[in-house]
Amino acid sequence: MSESFPRNPGMALDESWFDGVQVNRSAAERRADQIGTRRGVKKAHQAAWLVHAIRCIDLTTLAGDDTPGRVRRLCAKARQPLRPDLVEALGIADLGLTTAAVCVYPTMVPHAVAALEGSGIPVASVATGFPAGLMPLPLRLAEIRYAVEEGAAEIDIVITREYALTGQWSRLHDEIAAMREACEAAHLKAILATGELGTLTNVYAASMVAMQAGADFIKTSTGKETVNATLPVALTMIRAIRDYQDRTSTLIGYKPAGGLRSARDATVWLSLMREELGLRHMQPDLFRIGASSMLGDIERQIEHAVTGRYAALSHHAAA
Amino acid sequence: MDITEILTTMEYGPNPESADDALAWLKDRQDWPGHFIAGAFHADPQETAMKVENPATHAVLATMPVASAATVDAAVAAARAALPGWRGLGPQGRARVLYALARHLQKRARFLAVLETLDNGKPIRESRDIDVPLAARHFYHHAGWAAAAEVEFPGRAGWGVCAQVIPWNFPLLMLSWKIAPALAAGNTVVLKPAEQTPLTALAFAEICREAGVPDGAVNIVFGAGDTGATLVAHKGVDKVAFTGSTEVGRAIRRSLAGSGKGLTLELGGKSPFIVCADADLEAAVEGVVDGIWFNGGQVCCAGSRLLVQEGIAERFYARLRDRLARLRIGDPLHKSTDIGAIVSGDQLARIRRLVAEGQAQGGTLHAADAALPETGHYHLPGFFTGAEPASTVAREEIFGPVAVAMTFRTPDEAVALANNTAYGLAASVWSENINTALDLAARVRAGVVWVNGTNLFDAAAPFGGMKESGFGREGGRAGLEAYLHPLADDPAPGPATEPVDFSTAPQGAGPAAEAVDRTLKLYVGGKQVRPDGGGSYAVTDGTGRSVALAARANRKDVRNAVEAAVKAAGWARMPAAGRAQVLYFLAENMDQRRADLAVSLTRAGLAEDAADREVGAAVDALIFAAGMADKLDGGLHSVGQPRMVAMTMREPWGVAGLVCDDRAPLSALIAGVGALLAAGNRVVAVPSARHALVAGDLMQLIATSDVPGGALNLLTGDPAELAPVLAAHDEVDALWLADPALRAAVETAAAGNLKPVMAGLPRSDPAGLARLLQGATQVKTIWVPYGA
Repeated sequence: MSESFPRNPGMALDESWFDGVQVNRSAAERRADQIGTRRGVKKAHQAAWLVHAIRCIDLTTLAGDDTPGRVRRLCAKARQPLRPDLVEALGIADLGLTTAAVCVYPTMVPHAVAALEGSGIPVASVATGFPAGLMPLPLRLAEIRYAVEEGAAEIDIVITREYALTGQWSRLHDEIAAMREACEAAHLKAILATGELGTLTNVYAASMVAMQAGADFIKTSTGKETVNATLPVALTMIRAIRDYQDRTSTLIGYKPAGGLRSARDATVWLSLMREELGLRHMQPDLFRIGASSMLGDIERQIEHAVTGRYAALSHHAAA
Repeated sequence: MDITEILTTMEYGPNPESADDALAWLKDRQDWPGHFIAGAFHADPQETAMKVENPATHAVLATMPVASAATVDAAVAAARAALPGWRGLGPQGRARVLYALARHLQKRARFLAVLETLDNGKPIRESRDIDVPLAARHFYHHAGWAAAAEVEFPGRAGWGVCAQVIPWNFPLLMLSWKIAPALAAGNTVVLKPAEQTPLTALAFAEICREAGVPDGAVNIVFGAGDTGATLVAHKGVDKVAFTGSTEVGRAIRRSLAGSGKGLTLELGGKSPFIVCADADLEAAVEGVVDGIWFNGGQVCCAGSRLLVQEGIAERFYARLRDRLARLRIGDPLHKSTDIGAIVSGDQLARIRRLVAEGQAQGGTLHAADAALPETGHYHLPGFFTGAEPASTVAREEIFGPVAVAMTFRTPDEAVALANNTAYGLAASVWSENINTALDLAARVRAGVVWVNGTNLFDAAAPFGGMKESGFGREGGRAGLEAYLHPLADDPAPGPATEPVDFSTAPQGAGPAAEAVDRTLKLYVGGKQVRPDGGGSYAVTDGTGRSVALAARANRKDVRNAVEAAVKAAGWARMPAAGRAQVLYFLAENMDQRRADLAVSLTRAGLAEDAADREVGAAVDALIFAAGMADKLDGGLHSVGQPRMVAMTMREPWGVAGLVCDDRAPLSALIAGVGALLAAGNRVVAVPSARHALVAGDLMQLIATSDVPGGALNLLTGDPAELAPVLAAHDEVDALWLADPALRAAVETAAAGNLKPVMAGLPRSDPAGLARLLQGATQVKTIWVPYGA
C-alpha cells in the first residue's frame, strides 16, 4: 500500500488556486461533529486500527528540559511501542511494529540518530526557530542544514504567521521554498500553526501556499499554540490537499499534532483520513500523528482488547 | 483475530448496536397490549390486525391491532373526560408532567433509538443522535410553555380534544412535535401513529404511565388510513393536526370543511437547495448528505431540488459523485451505516417508479456504486442531472434518497426556479456572500429557510410550510399558538335583514324616494370596471325599495381581480412605512367623506346612529392598521445550535381573499382590508352585498388615495357565488370569510391549493385588529449560522 511516489516538486505561487475558496466555519464544524459518530471500529478491527495508529505516530518530545537520556528513552519506546506479550497475542510479531518516526529539537537529533541506529526509524527534527519561527531567515535555513547534517530525515518547519495573517503569500511561498531547498533529501513538513491563523479560509490558503512551495507534508500545529489540531481545521487542510492533488497529481502527506491524546482520537483521525482522502492516505508515508501521550492510551486499549481487562498505565513501558 | 489481514484493508468491520433489549421488550408484546385509552391498554373486539415489519430484514416485529370506530370513540371520550382534570392541574402541574416525559425519554434514549431503527429502517446514528434527542428537547421546551402559557397568552385556552395523525418517517419525533405543544397548551390528545411504524408510540404509551401522565390526557390508537380518517372526522374532536402527504392533507381539509375544528397541516415538499457560485462547495456537498441523503430522503423538508449555478455545476456534481462513493448503505443497526432501509416495500416501489420515470424522461441518474443487502427495502442514494423543470422527478416528491439537479444563471433565476413548485416547505441557500444569501432567503417562498445549512431543527424555532406544504407551525411561540383556541371573533349576530335578491332581471320594485341614479361598478386593477357578465342586482333600503343597481361580479371578474392582485406584487415589496402612509391617506380621505359614507349606509337600510358608528369604527380601524404596518415584527429564537441566528419574519400570504357579509358592513370590510394591506397582502374583497353603495364610495376614495392598482380590488355580488370561486383559485393564498354559512363550501374548495381559511367577522376594535394583523401574515423561519 505504501509504494513510493515522487516528491512534491512545488511550483510558482498561484493565488488563483485559493483566492476564491471560502470555508464556512459552521458547516465545517457540523461535518467535524459527525466524523466520530458516522463511523466506528470495535473489537479486532479496533485493535488493528490502534496498531496501525502506532505505525503513524511521530513519537515526540519537544520540551525545554529534553536531555540525551530523555531522548534515548523515547527512542527505545519508538523501537518497541507495544509490550511483547501483546504483540504476540495480536499475532503481529512479523510486522516489526515501530512508530513512524521520532520527533525532537535539532540539538537532540544526534542523540536520537544514535539511539535509533539500525531500526530504520527516521528522525524528524523541528527547525526554523520552532515554535514561533521569528528568527532571521538565514538563521532558520542554517538550522535546517544543521539538523539535516546531524541526520534528520524529516524537517518540521514553522511558517511565518505574519505572512499568512497579512496576506503576504508570495513572501510565505518563497520562504518555504527556500526551506525546502535547504532540506535537500529530507522531507519537509510545514507546520501552519493553525490555531494562530484566525480563520479556516486562511488555513486553506496557507495550506495551498505551503504545498505550492514544495512541502511534502502539511501539519497543523507546533503543540505550543493554545488551540491545536481540531477536526474542522483538519477538514480544511485535507480539502486543500485533495484540491492540490487533483490539480497536480502529487501526493501530499498530512500530520495533525497537538491535542491528540486518546486511543479514540487515533481511530477518529484515521477514519477522517479514510473518509476524506482514502486508504492510501492512511499509510505512514502520508499520515502522521504528532503525539507524545497518545501511545500510552493506545497500549492500554490494546491490552484491554487482548485480555478483556482494563489496563494500568504503569504496566506499560514509559516513553 | 487476524490483525494483519485487517491492517491491509483497514475496513471498519462490524459495529452493530445491540437490539437485544428492544427485541426482548417486543417479545412480550408480540400480540400487542391494545390501544392506549385512559391510561390503560384496551383490546378491541372488532379489530383486525396488521403486521409490523422490520424493513431492513422483512422480519415481523409484532402484530398491531387496527382500531375500529368504537375504539376511536372510546379514545376521544377518554380525552374529553380527562380534559377538566388536565386543565385543573394548572400550569405548574402540567409543566411537571411534560418535564417528566422529557426526562423519561432521555433515560430510555438508547432503547427508543434501537426500537425506532428496527421499526423504521433509519440508521442508528440518526435515531440515536437526532430523532430521540430532539424528541426529548421538544418536551423540555414545552414544559416551559406549559408553565408560561397563561401569562404569555392571556385569555387563550386550549382547543380541547386534539386528534393527531403522524407519519412514519420520524415516528417518535413527530409524536413529540404533536403531543408536547398540545399538552402544554392544556389540550388532551388522541394520537394515531403510522401503521408502518407504531412501535415507539407503543413504548411512549408505557412511558406515559411511568412518567405519571394523568389517565386520558394522552390516548394512542393504532391503525391505518381508515382509523386516521375516523379519528379526524370524529365529532368529539376540537382540533386536528396532521403531518403527512399533501394528498391526505387535502382529504382531511375536505372532511373537516365547515366543522369549525381547528386544523394545522404539515405536508409534502420539493424543497430547493440553491448552491451559488460563491458558496463553500464542500459545505454544500455535506449539506446534500445531511439533506436528501438523510433518513433515506424520506424527509418532507429534504432539499430534493438542487439548483446549482451553471459555472460551478460540473464541479459540484463531480464532488457529489465522489461523496456518494463514500456513503455506506446497509444494516441500519450498524453504527457505520449512512443510509439504511426504506420504510416499506410500497414506499420503495414508489421511489423506483419515479426514478424509472425520471430516466425514461431523459434524466441521467448518478447513483452510488454500492452493493445493496440481499434482503430488506434498500435504495441507492443518488441524483439526477439533465432533468428539466417539466420532468416528473423535478415536480413530484420522490420521498427517497434521490435529488434532482438543475442549473441557474442569476439570483433572480434561482428564485424563479425555487418558487416554481406547488410546495413551500423549506429551502437551503448556499452562498458565502451575505447579500446574496439573505436576498435569496427573503425571496424564496418557504416556511423554513436554512442559509449555509440544511435540516436544522429546534423546538424553539417554528417549522411548517407555505402553499401546498400546509399551514400552521410547530415549535416555538407560533407552534404553541396552533394549539390555543382563538378568542371568539364573531360579535353577536345583528338583527336579521331582508335577503339580497341577486337576480339580474328587473324586479319591478319601486324606488326609494331620494333615489338618484348612480353607476356602481367593480374595482379591479386600480380602475372601476363594468362586470364581465354585464349584470346588476338591486340594492334595497331594507324595506323592499330599490335604491340602486349594483354591479354583479361573476367568476370571470374574480379571475380578473386575482390577476390584477398577482401583478401588484410591488405592494409587498414597498417598505412597511410606505404602506402605512398609503393607508393613512386613505383613512384621511374617508374621514373627510364621513357624511357621504354614512348616507350610503343608511340608504341601504342602516339606522343613522349605527351608520355613524360604522363609519367611525372603519376610520379608526384603518388608522390603527396603518399604524401597525411597521410593527409586525418577527423574532429571534433561542435555539440549541451555537452561533445561530434563528429568526422568524412575518410575511404576507400573498393574494388574500376577503368575503364579508352584511354585518358591520363598512367597519368589518375596512378592518379586514386594512389588516391584510398593512401586512403587505394584495386583496380581493367581496364587500357586503347589501352595501354596494358604500363600496362604490370606497372605490372613488381608493382611486384617489395612492393605493397602487391591483393592491385592493372590490367585487360586489353574491358571496355564495364568489367565495367558492376565490377559495378554489390557486393564485389566492389565503381567504377570510365572515359568513359561517359559507364555511363548508369555502373550506372544501380551499382544499385545492390548501389555502388557509380564517373564519369569522373581522372585528374593528384594537384587540380584534391585533389578531387580524397576526392572521394577515405567515411565519418564515430563517436560520443563519455564523462564525468567522
